[in-house]
Amino acid sequence: MKKIYLPISLTVALMSTAVISPVLASDDQGLTIMQERKLRDTGWRSNEATLEMRLTNAQGQTSTRNLRMKSLEVKGDGDKSLSIFDTPHDVKGTAFLSFSHVTGADDQWLYLPALKRVKRIASRNKSGPFMGSEFAYEDLSSFEVEKYNYRYLGEADIGGEKTWKIENIPTDQYSGYSKLITWIDQQHYRVLKTEYYDRKSALLKTLTFSNYQAYEVRQELDGENKRFWRANLLAVENHQTGKSTQLNFSEYRFDTGLSEADFNKSKLKRAR
Amino acid sequence: MQNTSPPNVAKWQIWVVERPLISLFASLLILFAFAFGASKLYFDGDYRVFFGPDNPQLQAFERMQNVYSKSDAVSFIIAPKSGNVFSDQTLSQIHQMTKESWQTPYSTRVDSITNFQHTRAEEDDLLVEDLLLETNLLSPEKKDAIRQVALTQPELLNKLVGENGAVTIINVTVQLPEIDPLTEGPAVAAFAKELKTKYEALYPDTDIRMSGMVMLNDAFASYSQSDSSTLVPGMFLAILLMLAFLLRSILSTIASLAVIIATIAATLGVSGWLGIPLTTPTVNVPTIVMTLAVADCVHIISSMLLAMRRGETKKQAIHSSLGINLKPVFITSVTTAIGFLSLNFSDSPPLRDLGNLVAVGMLFAFLFSITLLPALLSIMPIKVKAQPNPSANMARFALWVIKKQKQVLGFGIITVIALASQAPNNQVNDDALKYFSTDTTFRQDSDFMAEHISGMTTLEFGLDSGASNGINDPAFLSRLAEFTEWLRAQPETDHVLSLTDTIKRLNKNMHGDDPSQYRLPDEKELAAQYLLMYEMSLPYGLDLNNQINIDKSATRIVATFKNLGSIEILALEHRANTWFEQHAPNLQVDIASTSSMFAHVGERNMGSMLIGTAFALVLISALLGVALRSWRLGLISLLPNILPGLAGFGLWALVNGEINLALSIVSSLTLGIVVDDTVHFLSKYQHARKQGQNTEQSVIYAFTSVGRALVITTLVICVGFGILTQSNFAMNADMGLLTSIVVMIALLIDLLILPAFLLVFDRKPKLTTSIETSNTEPKLTSLANP
Repeated sequence: MKKIYLPISLTVALMSTAVISPVLASDDQGLTIMQERKLRDTGWRSNEATLEMRLTNAQGQTSTRNLRMKSLEVKGDGDKSLSIFDTPHDVKGTAFLSFSHVTGADDQWLYLPALKRVKRIASRNKSGPFMGSEFAYEDLSSFEVEKYNYRYLGEADIGGEKTWKIENIPTDQYSGYSKLITWIDQQHYRVLKTEYYDRKSALLKTLTFSNYQAYEVRQELDGENKRFWRANLLAVENHQTGKSTQLNFSEYRFDTGLSEADFNKSKLKRAR
Repeated sequence: MQNTSPPNVAKWQIWVVERPLISLFASLLILFAFAFGASKLYFDGDYRVFFGPDNPQLQAFERMQNVYSKSDAVSFIIAPKSGNVFSDQTLSQIHQMTKESWQTPYSTRVDSITNFQHTRAEEDDLLVEDLLLETNLLSPEKKDAIRQVALTQPELLNKLVGENGAVTIINVTVQLPEIDPLTEGPAVAAFAKELKTKYEALYPDTDIRMSGMVMLNDAFASYSQSDSSTLVPGMFLAILLMLAFLLRSILSTIASLAVIIATIAATLGVSGWLGIPLTTPTVNVPTIVMTLAVADCVHIISSMLLAMRRGETKKQAIHSSLGINLKPVFITSVTTAIGFLSLNFSDSPPLRDLGNLVAVGMLFAFLFSITLLPALLSIMPIKVKAQPNPSANMARFALWVIKKQKQVLGFGIITVIALASQAPNNQVNDDALKYFSTDTTFRQDSDFMAEHISGMTTLEFGLDSGASNGINDPAFLSRLAEFTEWLRAQPETDHVLSLTDTIKRLNKNMHGDDPSQYRLPDEKELAAQYLLMYEMSLPYGLDLNNQINIDKSATRIVATFKNLGSIEILALEHRANTWFEQHAPNLQVDIASTSSMFAHVGERNMGSMLIGTAFALVLISALLGVALRSWRLGLISLLPNILPGLAGFGLWALVNGEINLALSIVSSLTLGIVVDDTVHFLSKYQHARKQGQNTEQSVIYAFTSVGRALVITTLVICVGFGILTQSNFAMNADMGLLTSIVVMIALLIDLLILPAFLLVFDRKPKLTTSIETSNTEPKLTSLANP
C-alpha cells in the first residue's frame, strides 16, 4: 500500500484535530486525506463568480438560467453564499442568501423583487434540489470534514490523474444519501468525481468536476500567496431520471473585499 | 396387410397407417422443431401491451410522459380498524412505513401525510417542514393540527387521505429504468408485498391494501400465470373425462390427448420463435386451441369407432375415417382459422396475437389429427364392442322436428329475432380495473380505494401557453384556475392537481397566511418568483417537472376520478374539450392517460371488429359456397352462421350489457367455430339430396350421421370456454361465457331452425336418377365426394 507523505507539522496538526473531532467511524487514511483536502482549501476568504446553469431533461430539452454567486468563507462552520438571478427575465433580481451549517438546518433568506420583501425560509431540506437542478443543496454547500465519516477505498486513475477513492458516509440524518464516493487527486487534493448513492444504496448520480483553474490569494498570517483550485465546469447526471445539470462558472474572482456585511439579509434588497 | 387398405387412398395415408412408427417419429421431429421455440416464451404483464406503437392515445400519453416526469407508482392503502388515521399508533406506523418505503427498488419519491411538506408563514418567516417530523412528542393539539392540515390541503385531501380521515395512502413513485422490463416491475411489487406483510404483522389493527400502476401490471402478470397453472390443467382434466365418457375408449382418449399436447406445444413454440410474448389475452391460447383440436379428434375417432362397430378392421376403419373426414376437417379448420385471423382487424396487438396463434394452432391440430392421431390409433390395441345404433335418438329427434317444423321455425325465429334485437343495447366499456374479477385481491383493493379516497381513473391535461415562461402569464393562470374549478365541479371528480393551487397558496403564505390572499398574483413576475421559491423549497425526489415542462411554457393538470367506464371517460373528455373551445380557444390542449387509452381502444376496437367479422363472414360464406358447390346452400348457411352471434350478443345485453376488448372479438371468433356445425350438417343434407332423397329423408340422414358428433363437439367447446369463466380476469371469464352461449345457441339453431327452415323452404325436388340409394342405410360420406 502506498504511503501518504505529509509534512510533519501538518501530521501533528491533523492528529490533534483528530483527537478533538467527534468523527468516530472513519478510518485514519480516509480521514487524513479529507482533512488535508479541507486544509488546502482554507484561507480563500471570499469569491465571486458568474454562473450559467443548464438543465437538461431525459429527452435532451434544455433550459438555462444565469446567476451570480458570492461566497464567504466561515471558519469553524459552513460557508455563506449569496446567489442573484439575472435570467430568465421574470425572476431577475431574485436573491437567495444561505448560511450553511455543519449540523442542523441551514439558514436561508429569499428576496423576491416583485413582492419587495425578504422572507426567511426555515427548512431542513438540505437534500432537496437546488433551484430545480440535479444538484441538491447539500452537494453545493461547502465541504466540512465533520459532515461525513470516511473509509479509504484505494487508488484509481481519473483522466490520467492519480486519485484516492474515498467513501463518505453522511453524519446528518437528513442527508438524502446513504454514501458518496469521491475521487481526490493526489497532487492537489481536488475532487475530480463524486458518485452519490441514494437512501436505498442505489447509484443516484455522478458529478464530475473539470476545467480546474488555480487562483492565488494572499494569506493574512504569513503574507504568502496560497493557491486555490476551482472547477469551471460541474456536470451532474442523474442515472435514475436521465436528467442532467451543468454549472458553467466564469469570471471567478477572489478576495474582492466582500465581508460579513455583504451577507446580511437586510442587504438582500440591494443585492445586485 | 397391404390388401386391407382401400386402393384409392393417398400415399401419405398408407404411410401413416401402415408405417405408424416412422410417421410417429416424423411427427415428433416436426413437433420438437416447433416446440423448442417455447423456451423463448416470456410473460409481459405491462398494461401497455394492449396498445400498438401507432395508437394515437398511446402516442399522446408518451408525449405527455416525455414532457413531464415519467413514473409509475405503488400505493399502500392504510386503513386502521379504529377508523381514524390520526391516532398515535397509526401516525407512527405511517411515519415508519414512509421511511422504509424509500428502500423500494427504483423508488425516487415517497409521499404520505407525514412527510408532506407543509408550508406556513410566521411574520416574515416561511416555515417548510414535514407535517409530522418526529413521532415521540404527539400532543393532542399536534394531532389535531395534522388532521386539520391533511383534511384541508388540496394536495392531500382525496389524494392521500379520505374525507373522513379513516383511510390514508402512502404513495411510492418509482422510475423503472426499462432495461430489463421483465424483472424491474416484479422486483418493486415483490418488495411492496413484503413490506405490507411486515407491517401487517407489526400493526395487526391496521389493514394494508395495495394499488397503483406497478400493482396493476403485477396483477396482470400474476393472475395470468395463476390462470395458466389452474385453468389449463383443469381444462385437460375436463376434456379427458368428457372424451373418455363420450368415446367410451380409454386408448382413443389417450391418442387425442397426445394430439392436444402436440398442438399446444407446437403453437406455443411458434409463439416463442416469433417472439410473441404471453399476455393476458394470449394466455388463453392453450385453452382455446385445446378445445378446437378436440373437435378434429372427435370427428376422426368417432368415425373410426363407428366403422369398427360395423365390422371393419381397425386399419380399414382408420382409412375410411380419414377418407370421409379429411375434407370436412380441413374446411372447418380453415373456416375456424379465418374467424380467428379476422382478429387482425383489432386495434390491440395482443388480440391480433391471440387470433394468429389460434389460427396457427388450427393448422397444427389439422396436421397432427391426420398424421400423429392415425399413427397412434394404428399402434394402439383399440377394440370395440358391437353396440346398438347410437343414432336412434337422433332419428327420433329428427322425426319430431319434421312433425313440428312450422312451430319450431316460427317459435325459433321469433326467439332469435327477439334476442338479436337486444344486441345494440350492449355498451362498449373498457376499464383496465374491470378486466379483473371481483374475486381478485387487486380488484377488491382498488375498489376499496375508490370507495374511501379516489378512483383509479385519471386524465391528464397538458396546457401549452405557446411562449417560453408563458405559464406565469396572469391570463394563462386565470384560464388554468377556471378550468381547475370547472374540473372540481364535475360530479365524477375526486381530485385535481393543478399549479394554480400552489401559486395561490404561496401568495397566501407570502402575505402572512392571510386567507384573503389565497388568490393568483396580478403580475407575471410575481408568479414567476413564487414558482422559483417553490422550486427551491421542494424536497428530495420532487421537482416541478411533473407539473411544468422544462421551458415553463406548458403545465399539466392531473385529475383523478371515481372509477369510470369508457363511455363516461369519452364523454368527460368531450365536455372538457368543449369547455376549452368556449373558454380558452387559443390554448393548445392535450388530453392523455392510461384510462383514456383503454377507453379509446375499446371504442375503436369494437368498430374494427365489426368490419373484421363482416370480412370473415364474406370469406367464409364464399368458401362454403365453393365447398358445397351450391350458392343456394351457401346463402341458406348465412342464417345459422349470423344468427348465433346476434342472438348471443342480444342475450348478453340482457344479462350484462357491457362489451370490452375481449368480448368484441367473440363475434368473429365464434363465427369460425359456428360455421363448423353448419358445414357438417349441410354437407350431409346435401349429400342425401343429391342421392335423390326428399327433404325429410335428407334431414333424417343429416341428423343421424352428424347429430351426435355436433352435440359432442359443442359440449366440449362449451366446457372448454366455460372453464375460462373461472379465470381471475373478468375479461377472459366474460369471453369464455359469451363464446359458450353463442356456440350453444348455434347448436340449437343448427338442430332446430336450420332443418325446419330447409323443410319449409327447400321443397324443390332434386333432379337425379339414383333414387334406388334412398333406402340404403345412411353412410358417413365426405363433404364434396361425388
